[in-house]
Amino acid sequence: MSEIPGALDREQLAARVARDIPARTYMNLGIGLPTLVANFLEPERDVVLHTENGMLGMGPAAEGDEIDGDLINAGKIPVTERVGASYFHQADSFGMMRGGHLDVCVLGAYQVSTRGDLANWHTGAPGAIPAVGGAMDLAIGAKQVFVMMNLFTNKGESKLVEECTYPLTGIGCISRVYTDVAVFAVGAGGAAVLDTFGLTVDELRERTGLDLADRTHEAGEGTPS
Amino acid sequence: MISKISEDVASALEGLEDGSTVMIGGFGAAGQPVELIEELLRVGVTDLTVINNNAGNGDVGLAALIGAGRVRKIVCSFPRQVDSHHFDAKYHAGEIELELVPQGTLAERIRAGGFGIGGFFTPTGYGTLLAEGKETRVIDGRGMVFETPLRADVALISAHRADPWGNLVYRKTARNFGPLMAAAAALTIAQVAEVVELGELDPESVVTPGIFVDRVVEIPKETR
Repeated sequence: MSEIPGALDREQLAARVARDIPARTYMNLGIGLPTLVANFLEPERDVVLHTENGMLGMGPAAEGDEIDGDLINAGKIPVTERVGASYFHQADSFGMMRGGHLDVCVLGAYQVSTRGDLANWHTGAPGAIPAVGGAMDLAIGAKQVFVMMNLFTNKGESKLVEECTYPLTGIGCISRVYTDVAVFAVGAGGAAVLDTFGLTVDELRERTGLDLADRTHEAGEGTPS
Repeated sequence: MISKISEDVASALEGLEDGSTVMIGGFGAAGQPVELIEELLRVGVTDLTVINNNAGNGDVGLAALIGAGRVRKIVCSFPRQVDSHHFDAKYHAGEIELELVPQGTLAERIRAGGFGIGGFFTPTGYGTLLAEGKETRVIDGRGMVFETPLRADVALISAHRADPWGNLVYRKTARNFGPLMAAAAALTIAQVAEVVELGELDPESVVTPGIFVDRVVEIPKETR
């Protein structure tokens, strides 16, 4: 995931996000990297997973005889149902987001701005076929929307930026950014570092070129209850 | 006695015309009325506008309809997928028009169409490319985009069970767009895995009341 010593790998990053998810949360995990978070939520925490194609109480991926074409997740992968699950149509499913009923959503991103703008649906490249799915609804829907991504592209460019250059998915919608080398709070007041893995706050400032506040010493930060 | 049951897919689809707007249920393969779409392909109607979440997967159903050049325009949220090669080819050739709609907005536009609402303001997409040219308003401090209702000449949906009155129940995540599309079309045709006798469906559990359904055809599914 990263060649920076001390940086988190995919599983460690998923575990770090999961640590911040309070018990009894209604949560949606975006397709790709965020789905790994589910592996680190102990059942006794009763985190109820929402899948945008119409289900609450989604269980782990289905295997063998459990596979049922009528029971899939947003990534169209066969999944299972937990005891207490419910099914509903698309308007109800997205109403749960837009209406502010979901507590947390975790999404992947191409870029996030220090103000909390998100770009994750379209590169804008010529000839690229745009596809949005539920990305824009999820971005503005949940009470808290987190991003989970590598901080740097393969070319070493920071994906946390002053202004997104990719087409936006939502404005000012992100509150936390979990990356392989740091956790950031973002929003109207700009970006602050909450936690670091392998890089110092000064190194983060240098490599991102951003004016980052240092909140790494605040007690209890990163563990909302 | 009311009976909406059609003998076969051919009679279920009788009377469809070129140039129609067709809603097709399903999210990926779950809830996609494959046999109805295949019959649509067989009877040869063309110049269609299709409203669906995706733009076809693999080589069957909606993908085949697009591949055969029967779809002039598609309204959907997520066309690009690993197996959307038929759509991708038509799009790159400039042979299909795409109206891209965020998934929740697509669902709500269909609901508005089915339930007599003239449009709605939603925060989804505000400030993005997909809101360009649309009316906006700030409501309770939040930017909102005006979205219009979607209706169709025909809806093709898939459900689990039906009775002769057209009452429907669905199965798991295959429900997705079915109940919304059933209400939003002038003619709603449902394929179901099983038709049961009147009275066999628990009235408390009916998801789509028969008033929204015009024709039902039974297509048994292989046992899982």
